Amino acid sequence: MLNAQKLAFGFPGRTIGRDVSFALMSGEVLCVLGPNGGGKTTLFRTLLGLLEPHGGEIQVEGISLKSLARGEIARRIGYVPQGHTAYFAFTVREFVLMGRTAHLGAFSTPGRKDREVALRALESLGIAHLAEQPVTEISGGERQLALVARALAQEPKLLVLDEPTASLDFGNQVRVLERIGALARSGIAILFSSHDPDHAFLCAQRALLLSEGRVLEIGAPRDVIRPDTLERMYRVSVQVLPLPGGMHTCLPGVRP
Amino acid sequence: MRAVPYLAAGGALIALTALAFAVGRYPVSLSEIFSLVTGQGVSPNVETVVMQVRGPRVLGALLVGAGLAAAGTAYQGMFRNPLVSPDILGVSTGAALGAVLGIFLSQEIFIIQLFAFAGGLAAVGLVYWIGSRLRGHDPLLALVLTGVVVGTLLGSAIALLKYLADPYNQLPAITYWLLGSLAAISPKDIGYSLPLVLVGLVPMLLLRWRMNLLALPDDEARALGVDTRRLRTLVVACATLMTASAVAISGIIGWVGLLIPHAARMLVGPDFGRLLPLAMLLGAAFLLAVDTLCRTIATIEVPPGVLTALIGTPFFLWLFALARRTW
Repeated sequence: MLNAQKLAFGFPGRTIGRDVSFALMSGEVLCVLGPNGGGKTTLFRTLLGLLEPHGGEIQVEGISLKSLARGEIARRIGYVPQGHTAYFAFTVREFVLMGRTAHLGAFSTPGRKDREVALRALESLGIAHLAEQPVTEISGGERQLALVARALAQEPKLLVLDEPTASLDFGNQVRVLERIGALARSGIAILFSSHDPDHAFLCAQRALLLSEGRVLEIGAPRDVIRPDTLERMYRVSVQVLPLPGGMHTCLPGVRP
Repeated sequence: MRAVPYLAAGGALIALTALAFAVGRYPVSLSEIFSLVTGQGVSPNVETVVMQVRGPRVLGALLVGAGLAAAGTAYQGMFRNPLVSPDILGVSTGAALGAVLGIFLSQEIFIIQLFAFAGGLAAVGLVYWIGSRLRGHDPLLALVLTGVVVGTLLGSAIALLKYLADPYNQLPAITYWLLGSLAAISPKDIGYSLPLVLVGLVPMLLLRWRMNLLALPDDEARALGVDTRRLRTLVVACATLMTASAVAISGIIGWVGLLIPHAARMLVGPDFGRLLPLAMLLGAAFLLAVDTLCRTIATIEVPPGVLTALIGTPFFLWLFALARRTW
């Protein structure tokens, strides 16, 4: 589905990461973990074609990303950015409908089918009751859910979520993670970043540890999320504890 | 329910148009206007007043009002900035500089239009380019301040042309035209401006859905499949063409392009497809009302730009005080 080879990325004139290689299959969830400033957002923006790669190659469904037009990318990859600045008071319904743009002709407006897709996206995240609220007047967490709904309305094959749980309360975090799992089971590839290693244990098949713009390790969460790798990335001591039922959880290391 | 604002604005527009034909130094009764419209005979005086004197002026007010409101709606949406308008972005002044240059070179109305368009486009291009390079500042303010500064610069270029212009033939024409007036609009002016306004309007109507996405942060709009640079360039060209066509026949009439999009947005929300038609109806009605008032309240005519400024300035300050919560 997605294949990055020896990718170097950064802003114009400043490379912040290099040698990033990984592949992502349909139905797979890959969680990117890394410290603030480690390059997660920049990597995602590069994978979406929003920033020019500084080297290497990105392929989507076997097609080179740079040969795809914006609309073609948008029909394949949905993007949930980290937070959203709302300038105008569009209703949540209108906002989510914008996800349909890539499926519309340049001069068309959304039709009945588009409205149905948007409504289903709202319902699947439990925010259908917000449909007529202006996006400028809902809470940050609700707006985050609206962003996810908008990306779902895109009906993408790959969903890229940049810290989708960052501004959510505990219940909504769990809801979004469950939603991620359900989407993957329906065949969508999912790439998301998080600050909480437990999220990788909860719903990802693989975790990618990104530190200082390089891949520290990539593999099954229980293999790569270890006290030594977390300590190297975050420079704090951490313990990884097994739970009954095969799960794991991370806790800060206790120093008596 | 959704149709109410449009019906109200449309009704007001029709009533105002009838009123505008009726009132003035030579009053015409509504029944005489009705007779003329339905093709019954009326006195030649009435026909001259309605068709030759008030007709082009009323049409001009509708055209300029609707054009400036549409341009303002587009600029505010695509620059994600509710504080901008054709005049604040320097487009009006740029177009005016082009037009003044045309008058200075004794050109035809068509060439004057062309110069106005080029001037407006250059101004908005310069403002956007500088504004987007002023990083680390509030982007809303950066764009507004750049527009004001560039507008001032272009204004001094206009002053230079006035200084150089022939004081007996050209200077009075330039000065009078710069004041902003609908009094001198001829049927020929309308004939040149109307098609250009339509050329600017059609792409905006066709792209009304995509226009909404320009109100999102650039990354998001692009990730949703919009080539933002191309779309923004196209819409800037359209809005600037509309502004320039309006400015070329009426001079600079400020505030319409700021005031009206806000009023429309308060009524129907920010969706461009619903916003644009209402803004045009309101803009046409507003400028017609202002112009009719300007030629009837006193024995001498008041330039309409004076009245729009009296209404617009406090409105802008009020918006500014509200900061960024309500739009």
